[in-house]
Amino acid sequence: MRTYRTLGEIRADIDRNQLTLVDLVKSYLQNIEDTSHLNIFLEVFEDEALAKAKDIESKLKSGTSGRLAGMVIALKDNICYAGHKVSAASNILEGFESLYSATVTKRLLAEDAIIIGRVNCDEFAMGASNENSAKGLVKNPVNPERVPGGSSGGSAAAVAANCCLVALGSDTGGSIRQPAAFCGVVGLKPTYGRVSRHGLIAFASSFDQIGPISQSVEDSALVLEVMAGHDSFDTTSSKLRVDKYSEYSDFKPLKIGYIEECLTNSAIDDEVKKTTEQLIERLKTKGHAVEPVHIEELKYLVPTYYVITTAEASSNLSRYDGIHYGYRSDASEDIDSTYRLSRSAGFGPEVKRRIMLGTFVLSAGYYDAYYAKAQKVRRVIKNRTEQLFEEYDLLLSPTTPTPAFPIGSNTNDPIKMYLEDIFTVHANLVGTPAISLPLSTHPESALPIGVQFMAKKFDEKLLLDFSHNLMQSAALKK
Amino acid sequence: MIEERKEILDKYQLVVGLEVHAQLLTKSKAYAGDLNAFGSLPNSNTSPLTLGHPGTLPRVNHQVVDFAIKLGLATNCSITREMHFARKNYFYADLPKGYQITQDTTPICKAGYLDVKDANHKIKRIGITRIHIEEDAGKSIHDQDPFNTLVDLNRAGVPLLEIVSEPDIRSIEEAYNYLAEIRRLVRYLEICDGNMEEGSMRCDANVSVMLKGSKTFGNRCEVKNMNSLRNVQRAIEFEMKRQVFLIESGAPVDQQTRSFDAVQGTTFTLRGKEDAHDYRYFPEPDIQPLSLEQAVIDEVRKTMPPLPNELFSKYTEELKLSEYDAGILIESKPIALYYNELIEHTKNYKAAANWVIGEIKSYLNQSATSIEDFALRPAQIAEIIDLIDSDKISKSAASQQLFSKFVADPSSTAEQIAEKANILQESDDDWLEEIAQKAIGAYPDKAEAYRKGNKGLLGLFMGEVMKLSNRKANPKMASQILRKLLES
Repeated sequence: MRTYRTLGEIRADIDRNQLTLVDLVKSYLQNIEDTSHLNIFLEVFEDEALAKAKDIESKLKSGTSGRLAGMVIALKDNICYAGHKVSAASNILEGFESLYSATVTKRLLAEDAIIIGRVNCDEFAMGASNENSAKGLVKNPVNPERVPGGSSGGSAAAVAANCCLVALGSDTGGSIRQPAAFCGVVGLKPTYGRVSRHGLIAFASSFDQIGPISQSVEDSALVLEVMAGHDSFDTTSSKLRVDKYSEYSDFKPLKIGYIEECLTNSAIDDEVKKTTEQLIERLKTKGHAVEPVHIEELKYLVPTYYVITTAEASSNLSRYDGIHYGYRSDASEDIDSTYRLSRSAGFGPEVKRRIMLGTFVLSAGYYDAYYAKAQKVRRVIKNRTEQLFEEYDLLLSPTTPTPAFPIGSNTNDPIKMYLEDIFTVHANLVGTPAISLPLSTHPESALPIGVQFMAKKFDEKLLLDFSHNLMQSAALKK
Repeated sequence: MIEERKEILDKYQLVVGLEVHAQLLTKSKAYAGDLNAFGSLPNSNTSPLTLGHPGTLPRVNHQVVDFAIKLGLATNCSITREMHFARKNYFYADLPKGYQITQDTTPICKAGYLDVKDANHKIKRIGITRIHIEEDAGKSIHDQDPFNTLVDLNRAGVPLLEIVSEPDIRSIEEAYNYLAEIRRLVRYLEICDGNMEEGSMRCDANVSVMLKGSKTFGNRCEVKNMNSLRNVQRAIEFEMKRQVFLIESGAPVDQQTRSFDAVQGTTFTLRGKEDAHDYRYFPEPDIQPLSLEQAVIDEVRKTMPPLPNELFSKYTEELKLSEYDAGILIESKPIALYYNELIEHTKNYKAAANWVIGEIKSYLNQSATSIEDFALRPAQIAEIIDLIDSDKISKSAASQQLFSKFVADPSSTAEQIAEKANILQESDDDWLEEIAQKAIGAYPDKAEAYRKGNKGLLGLFMGEVMKLSNRKANPKMASQILRKLLES
């Protein structure tokens, strides 16, 4: 079977009777099996997906199908689906089944998407390489020696390995965009508040957003259009009208700022830098105004991000206490030992590190120096970024300083791993939408290189129109 | 254990601040749609949100906000317009999320006060530092299963208001009166049932002592677990003596959290200062900061019932009732509202108060009826008062006969019933004079004695008139006529 890159292609073939939905699901199931050594899927909903395929097939024939009919989707293992297991790739949620569906899950199903399974990720979405999963690491389909990125590593790998058309990820500091860049696919983090978080297992509540990972910009746009919009179950979700992301506007010259500090950063790989510089030139020749901009606070982004996210995480993860659900240590004797033993054994080392860090920064005597200070810095960065968006339509930077790194190369150095997020945390700190586009591959390693565009809050329409246009002019993709 | 020597205790000044938790009578929980109800089957008023399941998010129940504004207005607080919620982090088996959603730096109500009576019945103003919204934890049940603690999460997420007073309370009486006033207020506002025994209103007391005249407070102890007004008094009294005893014996008072033992009447240590929790408060990121429009506050103000303090002033100052009567009338809101309606139908405020406090309240007590279910409407009580005031019926006949007959037959008028019962008074001068003549004629020697100065014999003739008239004679008129006849 041919490889489909968009829902449009699938629907066209179904309409021409060259493809059945059941066969499509079967081919994805085959791919999942063939790539099982990459450890992408934690669970495959095989029977359910096939049954749904039949069902939706007949809806397609009768013309009563939803907008996502023909789209096969994988869920990151931190998005709830009623009656299905969900574990955040953690042992602490051993055996836990969700009683309800996330709002995004409901909205996708209502438009006849087929959910084919749940995919691996870093435990509680904490990581940049998918090596922090209690269910084992994920390998990059492009090069299995390399990490797929994280935390939505399974989601990006599933799309790259053609195990589904679209996967949902969650992005707290780059967890959609960085694996998308590493695996050579499109990854979109919407504006904070654009998509309901109801049913997303929380890591850092004021940062987390669910978003799509896909082969094409158009599928991400369509999925966002279906998922976005106010939800009474999430009072931080915006009531702003949802634009028609899936309808594209024509080319329009934009004012784009590239963050110069990102390109002069010592950590940046030469090829990544070159790709970005070439892109800048290309955008200029296409008629966009591209100028360098400066964010002096750049060096504070990662520390600020880690202080606030770990603080929120330390509280969000308190509920996993061995009392109510999930894993409880057999050696528990009383309430204190239940907490201590269950949480010690149930959480992995990175999660424990962040809980301890977050507990520390909120502690009496340290709160002002860390948490309160970080919130102030966050406001400064927000103000500075908003100023930039008064002048520029988009901000451009590489998605990551380097292409996918070898498995095991950063695991002993959490600080180095945290710096993986240096270009992506910005959008989460200020709440803006950002997309990573697979615009190039590394000439020697053949690893994908991603470029990131950031727009002002709730300007997904502009971001997606531009991205679609850019991807259509495939010139940069050799 | 404590030497109760008055002269020693008298050297010290008691200092108390109270923290009151009031469970709100909202339909649903503070941040979830689950039912807020007492007495349901364990863990039935729950949902993934109340159970703290992954991915669930809180939503503010706006009824809770309205209730908080009501109490804030009733306690003279300023209402915070821009506020956020905060997480209070701690682990406990009946706290499924591992934190409570509360308010920390931006309580919804601030800087209010209540005026209460002090030990000398003088008005004392007690400052209210803050009132904030929070949620209750579930219940851990330790005595039903021999091997396990059972957890019931019906109460988890039930909305609470925490009312924190300034350390302005200087006597046990003030503490009692303050707490009683809070309870009366929440009942008047119908936001909490005020039931301390069932725990829907709870109180912690911060108690310290210092030498009289001192400006520096002593170390304070927080006393918990007092389930009645009386126990709050007992606990504070014990705690004061305990601290005085420590100081007198040269020992320091350690800052502690203590629990009241109602059986022993003592307090014991729960935890010391070094074990105090670090709750790691921080702004709740799952709930947007809340902005209150002035219009919302004004809307709530419009729904405010009359408050007990206002009624007390009105009754004593405008209506000239005694403080005692006014106090009884305002004790319960339905009684006060009944009285308020009654005085729209009669100007005899004192008689109206007497009827409510006397006949009506004892009838309600005896028949275990609430005033809402009482057969007679205030206007009907006013009819009785009017009959008495126009001398158509005697007070005693009204009280002893008319009232119970009227309760049994509320669709008739008071006058119809009195007529049927033949208890309307005769005020006919000629008829009364005729009877008075007969009465005097029956005791010529006594009449003679009266005329010679034994005025006390009037009662004898009055009794005779009442007997001869079948108790229908208007006593005031009868005594006038008797006096006229005897003295002529």
